[in-house]
Parts: sequence; C-alpha cells; structure tokens
Amino acid sequence: MLEMQHIGKVYRTELVETHALRDFSLRVNEGDFVAVTGPSGSGKTTFLNIAGLLETFGDGTYRLDGEDVSGLSDKQRSRIRNQKIGFIFQSFNLIPDLDVADNVELPLRYRRLDRGERKARAERALELVGLASRTRHLPSQLSGGQQQRVAIARALAGEPRLILADEPTGNLDSLMARQVLDLLEEINARGTTVIMVTHDPDLSRRAHRNVHVLDGRVTDFKPYDPVPGGLAAGAGA
Amino acid sequence: MFAHHLRTAWTSVRRSPVLSILIVAAIAVGIGVSITGLTIYHMLARDPIPQKSDQLFRVQLDSWDPDSPFFEGGDEPSGPPFWLTYQDAMALLESDIPKAHAANYRSAAVLESDNPSVAPDVYGIRATTRGFFSMFEVPFRYGAAWDAAADQDGAPVVVIGEKINDELFGGEDSTGRTVRLGDDEFRVAGVLEHWSPHPRFYDLNMTTFGDPEQLFVPMRAATDREWAINGNTSCWKPESLVTFRDFLGSECVWVLFWAELPDSASREAYMTYLNGYVDQQKAAGRFPRPMDNRLRSVEEWLEHRQVVSDDSRVVVALAFLFLIVCLLNAVGLMLAKFAGTAPSAAIRRALGASRGDIVRQYLTEVGAIGIAGGLAGLALAATGLWSLRQGFEDLANVARLDLSMGFTAIGLAFLAALAAGLYPAWRVGRAVPVRFLKSQ
Repeated sequence: MLEMQHIGKVYRTELVETHALRDFSLRVNEGDFVAVTGPSGSGKTTFLNIAGLLETFGDGTYRLDGEDVSGLSDKQRSRIRNQKIGFIFQSFNLIPDLDVADNVELPLRYRRLDRGERKARAERALELVGLASRTRHLPSQLSGGQQQRVAIARALAGEPRLILADEPTGNLDSLMARQVLDLLEEINARGTTVIMVTHDPDLSRRAHRNVHVLDGRVTDFKPYDPVPGGLAAGAGA
Repeated sequence: MFAHHLRTAWTSVRRSPVLSILIVAAIAVGIGVSITGLTIYHMLARDPIPQKSDQLFRVQLDSWDPDSPFFEGGDEPSGPPFWLTYQDAMALLESDIPKAHAANYRSAAVLESDNPSVAPDVYGIRATTRGFFSMFEVPFRYGAAWDAAADQDGAPVVVIGEKINDELFGGEDSTGRTVRLGDDEFRVAGVLEHWSPHPRFYDLNMTTFGDPEQLFVPMRAATDREWAINGNTSCWKPESLVTFRDFLGSECVWVLFWAELPDSASREAYMTYLNGYVDQQKAAGRFPRPMDNRLRSVEEWLEHRQVVSDDSRVVVALAFLFLIVCLLNAVGLMLAKFAGTAPSAAIRRALGASRGDIVRQYLTEVGAIGIAGGLAGLALAATGLWSLRQGFEDLANVARLDLSMGFTAIGLAFLAALAAGLYPAWRVGRAVPVRFLKSQ
C-alpha cells in the first residue's frame, strides 16, 4: 500500500537546518493497522504529512498504492489525497462554519460528486460513527469525542484506501479515546489500511504493527507482541 | 461548486464583518470617485447624433479681417470664424448639393398665450430654416416643420417643444393654434417630442450641455422682426451699422450653418461649390484673407471647440489613480482577512482541494465583495453627481448616471476586486497546509 525508500526531509531556516527524516524507509501492506510511535520531534508527524502528500520530500522514493508519487504536481497530489487518503487529526480540524453534514461532504465536493451521491455517502459515514442524528449541528455544538467521530466520518465518506491518523485520541478522555479506537479497528477490519501516530502505548498495542521512529529514522518495526517486553521481530523495510 | 464557494464567501464575510465592510468601503470609494469622473467624461465625449454624425458638417468660411486672423477663446488663431455672415448664409442656402442644410441663430422673445394660468415670459428662440429638423432628426409629436414657403416669406409659424406644449396646451395637439411671440401671433406648425442632444452640438455658444430651445421659427420671420442675436456676434470691419438691415448686410459673423452631406462625393462637390462661392466674393472685393473654407463633421466640430478639455482627461486619470490607491488598501485588508481563514483553507487542502480550488474560492469571495463595493460605489457616484448638478448648472444634463455607466461601475468593481484579491488569494492557495493543521 505504502512504500518509502530512503526518504529524507530537511527543514531549513537562515540559521538552522533540521533533518526531520533521514534515510526513512517503511513498507505498509494493504489492510495493515500500523501505529507509529516515538518521542516528540522524532519525525512522526513529518512522516505522516509526507505519507499524506501534504509535504514534499528531498531524497528517496515513495510509492503509494503502486504509484510513484515522488514527482507529482500539486494538483495530482491533491487528487490522490482526495481519492485515496483520509485524514484524522488530533485537533479534529473540522471547519467551524460548516455543519456536520457539510463537513463530511467536503472532500466529496472536491471530487465533484453530485449532490445525491454526496448526501448518501455522508449519511452512511455518519451512521457508521453513530452521528446520523446530528447532521445539522455545528462542530461547536458537539463534544470532543463527537467532533472526532465527525472527522472520522469525513475521512470515511471518501472511501479511502488509507487512513492517516495523527494522535486521533490526543484531545479525548479515555472513554472517548476507546470509542474512537474501536471505530478505527472497525474501519481497518473492513479492509482500509490505517496508519496512526500516537504517544499512547495502550493505543499502539491495539495496532497490528508498531513502528518506532527516532531522530527521523525507523528504529523498530514489529508486529505487536501481547507479551510485555517480548515484541517479536517484524518485517522492517 | 460555485454555490458552495458563494456560501463559504458569505460565511467568511459574516465571520469578519469589520474587515469585510472596510474592503467594500475601499472599493466603493474608489469606484464612486472614478465613476463620477468617468461619467462626466463619458457624457462630454459621447456622440450626440451617432447615426449620422459623420454626415453633418459645420460650414466655415474665412471672411475675416485681412490683418488679423480670427481668435476665439485662446492665444492661438482659431482658423475660419465659427459663424457666417448673414449674406453668406443666405447665399449658401441656395445650393442644392446638400441633402439638407440650415442657417440658424438664437434669439429671444416674450411668449404669451390664451392660457391665463401661464404668465408671459421671455423664452429663447431658435431662428432657423426647415432643414434643421430633418437634418438633426428632431422628432415631432404633432404636426411637422413649416413648409419651404415659410422660409422664403418669413411666415409667422412656430414649432414648439413638448414642455411649452404641456404648459400652454396641456399636452394636446396644438397645431393650428396660436401663440403670441413679441408683437405677433404665430401659428403652431408642429410640436416636438422630447429632444435633448448632449452635447448640444448644433450650437455650443452659451452652453454646451443646456437643453435645446422650446421655440423654433423661420429665420426670415425673426430677421424681419429684427429679433436680436442672443449668441455670439463678431465684427472686424469698421462699418456703419445704424439699422438692422445694415447689420444683416455687414461683415459681422453670427449665423450658424450646418449641411448634411451623406457621402464623399457630395462633400467634394460642396467644397468645390464653397471655393467657387468664395472666389466669386473675392472678385467682388470681399474675403480678403487667403481662402480657408472648412467642413467639420460633428465629431471634428466638438473636438475643435474642445468640448472635452484636457482638464477632463486629467480628472479621469486622477480618479483612476485614486481607484488604484483604494485597491492597494483593499489588497492590504484582504491579506489580513484571508490570513485569518488560512487554517480552514489548509483543512480543505488536506481533504483534496487543489490550489486552484482554494484560489477560486477566495476569488468568488472577492468577486462578491467587489459587486457589493460596486453597488455602494454607484450610490456614492450618484451622490457625487447630484452634488455636481447642484453646484454647476451647466452640468445638470451631464452629471447623470446612465445604464451603461451603471454596468461599467459594477463590472469595474468586480474586475478591480478580482485584481486586488488575486495576490491574497494566491498567497492562501500557496500556503503549506501542514503549518496550520497541527495548530487548529
């Protein structure tokens, strides 16, 4: 599904040069549920942004769903983002002026789907996350957990091949976090590849595989071993 | 998608009403000022009789002083006098080359009627020949111009304007009825529809944009009654001018002369005729200056008389510079406004909106703001023009918005707003989305 080879990403200012990713290589298979862990500043989010085609990179190659996306134009990357990738952010990133239904329909508008198709997909997605009765609510009228479920519905409405979740439960209490994780697992069970950046070891334990990132490199890539301290050796890239 | 962009624009306007109002105000002030200037220019420069302005010619013959060229309102010689002598005008009326022609001058007389509710008053009168009406396509509501015999014998007939017909006769068909002009009864031959060419090209003396006279009489009827000239009279030759008859036979110029020459052949023939006439007069001891006969089309005449002065052009240029200043302010305000919405744009980008989608969304907003600014600017322009009409009588017929200027204002505001919004929209479109996604 996703294959990165020797990716490098450097942020430059006049004074400082920061290597966010160095020789970053990772392969995620279709249907995987991968948790990406690592300390703050290790490069997790940069990886996620590059994986989601929100940022470009300097060195290396990146194949997404079999397609080399290294040299694509902004328009081509936007199209792939719209059709193949669903994002879930820590801070939900709903558009405050749009109601729940409009937020969920938004990616479908950029796909130029007709109104009927948009509504049908948005309704299905909202039903899946249990918010079919809140379509006309504004985000500010929902709890944090509900907002995140709307964000998940928005990501699902486009029926993406890949879900990228950046600390999806970071702003939620434990009960809501569990509900969101349940949802992600359900989505993954339906065949969608999920990559989730998290600090939370409890969450990462629920993924099929764990990737540990340190100083911009993958330092560990293992299937989750339910025996504490006994992570089995995995298939690193 | 456009409907969604419009809805987003409306939401954005509601989210930052102060900035939105300031942007609309900046555009409105610029449009108001530029449209005010442009309206004046547009009215000054417009063709008053577009269907045949290239077929109507002001006739000029240089019968002026051999020792000094004719000057009129400037330091430079003006070429041949603007007017003809009475004797030359009467002679040119004998030509059958033009399709139509008219000698005319402005006079005035006291008008009385049987209507007791209308007090006698002094009215301007256009003394002319019947060709005036057909040549300038003056529309009639009732009746028609007087006949050729009236031109010859100076019959007391009159064509009246709709305004006077309304006042004196309640708007009824008054042909055949009489009005008293000066000491004599004049029979109404025709009643005009509203007719008000601007600029008043046929006679730019006294007023460039005033309304035409409401009374028209045969020129012979006016001169027979020795009605005074209420326009320019210029004389160069020391002559004894004791009686009005002396004046008519003098070298004083005061008669306006227009000829309708529909094609180049008739123009050439008429010019040959004029040259022959002047040669004849030279042989008789008149026309001491070198031959300089002119036929100026309506457009050339307006240009020659500098109806659109350089000052008017400078005013328009300054008004548009002011619009640019206003737009630069609008650019700054839009940058501030759009910076506040960059996080939303970043979310849209993450969801698959291309840069083009984002730019189009913002341009929809600035376009809508531009139209609002255009409407507000139109209101300002209307107010400005109203003020000008109150302050300057001569602008009463000029300082008015017409439909074309209304559309121009809206179109200009829309394009100006797009031009002003292009850079701010492009900047938001170019912004890297990840900068905003974490901090939401």
